[in-house]
Amino acid sequence: MDPILFLIFASIAVVCGINVVVQTHPITSALSLIGVMASLAMLYLLLGAQFIAAAQVVVYAGAIMVLFVFVIMLLNAGRERKTRGSFLPRLIGPPLLIALLGSVAFVILRVVPHDAVVKFGTYTGGTVENLGRAIFTTYLWPFEITSILVLIAIVGAVALAYKELD
Amino acid sequence: MNFYLLAVIKAAVVAGVLMLTLLYLQWVERKVIAHIQVRLGPYRVGPHGLLQPIADTLKLLTKEDLLPPGVNRFYFILAPFLAITLSLVSIAVIPFGPEIRVAGVATWLQLTDLNIGVIFVLAISSLTVYGIVLAGWSSNSKYPLLGALRSSAQMISYELPLGVTVAAVLLLSNSLSLRKIVETQSAFYGGFFPAWNLFRMPFPQVFGFLVFLIAVFAETNRVPFDLPEAESELVAGFHTEYSSMKFAAFFMAEYANMVTVTCMATALFLGGWLPLWPVSLGSNYAPAAVFALAGAIAIYSGIEARQRDRHSLQAFGALFLAAGALFLVPAVQQLAAPLFWFLAKTGVLLLLFIWVRGTLPRFRYDQLMRFAWGFMFPVAVANLMITGLLVALVG
Repeated sequence: MDPILFLIFASIAVVCGINVVVQTHPITSALSLIGVMASLAMLYLLLGAQFIAAAQVVVYAGAIMVLFVFVIMLLNAGRERKTRGSFLPRLIGPPLLIALLGSVAFVILRVVPHDAVVKFGTYTGGTVENLGRAIFTTYLWPFEITSILVLIAIVGAVALAYKELD
Repeated sequence: MNFYLLAVIKAAVVAGVLMLTLLYLQWVERKVIAHIQVRLGPYRVGPHGLLQPIADTLKLLTKEDLLPPGVNRFYFILAPFLAITLSLVSIAVIPFGPEIRVAGVATWLQLTDLNIGVIFVLAISSLTVYGIVLAGWSSNSKYPLLGALRSSAQMISYELPLGVTVAAVLLLSNSLSLRKIVETQSAFYGGFFPAWNLFRMPFPQVFGFLVFLIAVFAETNRVPFDLPEAESELVAGFHTEYSSMKFAAFFMAEYANMVTVTCMATALFLGGWLPLWPVSLGSNYAPAAVFALAGAIAIYSGIEARQRDRHSLQAFGALFLAAGALFLVPAVQQLAAPLFWFLAKTGVLLLLFIWVRGTLPRFRYDQLMRFAWGFMFPVAVANLMITGLLVALVG
């Protein structure tokens, strides 16, 4: 069951990801990106990371992408016009891209030891308890430093917005 | 019994009851608001207008499904589907009652218990904004767009205090599973006072509950936060251009959201299916008493009523008395008393929604935003910090 579900959601993610680039309308691209986020959440769920799956939906699909869609709607961004472009990149682009992805996948497979490959259904450390314990003990410093970075970003945004008002 | 068969049966029952509730919630709302405004409300179709919702549904089904020129076809049709689907999903994790045993089959009165149930509901409710935003944008018309913009800003703003109050509850309950959250509230202080999260030591979540209630009013776009569909400014807001069943889908989605958030409030703060006072003090007889009282009132007001109500009121009274008598049977009592408590709490909260709609005027938009960021959010954060501190000190 798990490999089938993985294939389904992985292919949805890939198709949506391609759709983000191919579509000419910004709203369609943004919604395809939501599709990518949602299928990624399903993949996390298959791997046993329930909290991260839910957080993925809440944070990316529910908050960040809403802002994206919001901005697109406010600017009323229309369908983008396709430039004709030159013939050569279109011809050799896709094969080169596939070659690049293939070599990256090959390198990853060679570098990462085989028994470290993720298996479905074997990982049980993805509950909220495990995550909280990890954040507040092992990874306390990275966590606190990240939160300070986010705080700086917020203060910066407020400062910039104030300048605009003057 | 077969797991899949059981799941299908439970899903069918829950979906059927939910749909019936959505249908008749609208009737209840119209009746209650009518009585607040000293009117009678729907009265013509069926006794006391009881068939009015069905007539309305038939009317909407048979109406012409207009597709205005200039709309973005795909998203215009997708939006109502998205709205109704997302609003119906969350009910799957709501616990309606404890484990029951019918004909040798043990099952929980809940579709599924996720160990991230609370976050699941929050995640789904954070996605509901897409239905509204896409509807407003794809209509290619200014009022729907303004309504959708207001709605998304409002939902994002009020989601923050909502999430923070829920976090305070999680601190008390130590779990994200809604079933476990309800089960941790099952104690009684001094043998009679319920240890619901609303009254739970070390820090009763009274402020949390109030903030939660206000935030869900805004989340479901209800009065006094119904700015997205303020009819005096925006015609009907995001669903101005919709007709027929697509319009009905938005209507149903709003009511389904109301049901979901009241169920959530019941499970998080009011002890879910747990009784108000212990079973040893006879809380299992409360349903029978309530139904008997309702029946007596209906029959009494049937005596003095107008000619056309005289029989219908007495018939309803007899029905209520029969339901009360049914609750005296021990087997029924065991099964249905938790369900009664859950439905009673949810029903009171739904009535509160309707009552507020009949009472309060609408906010102005700047008031709405200032209220969210200047009052609700600080109160929710203070509540969370005090709760966390006290839980750390006591526990």
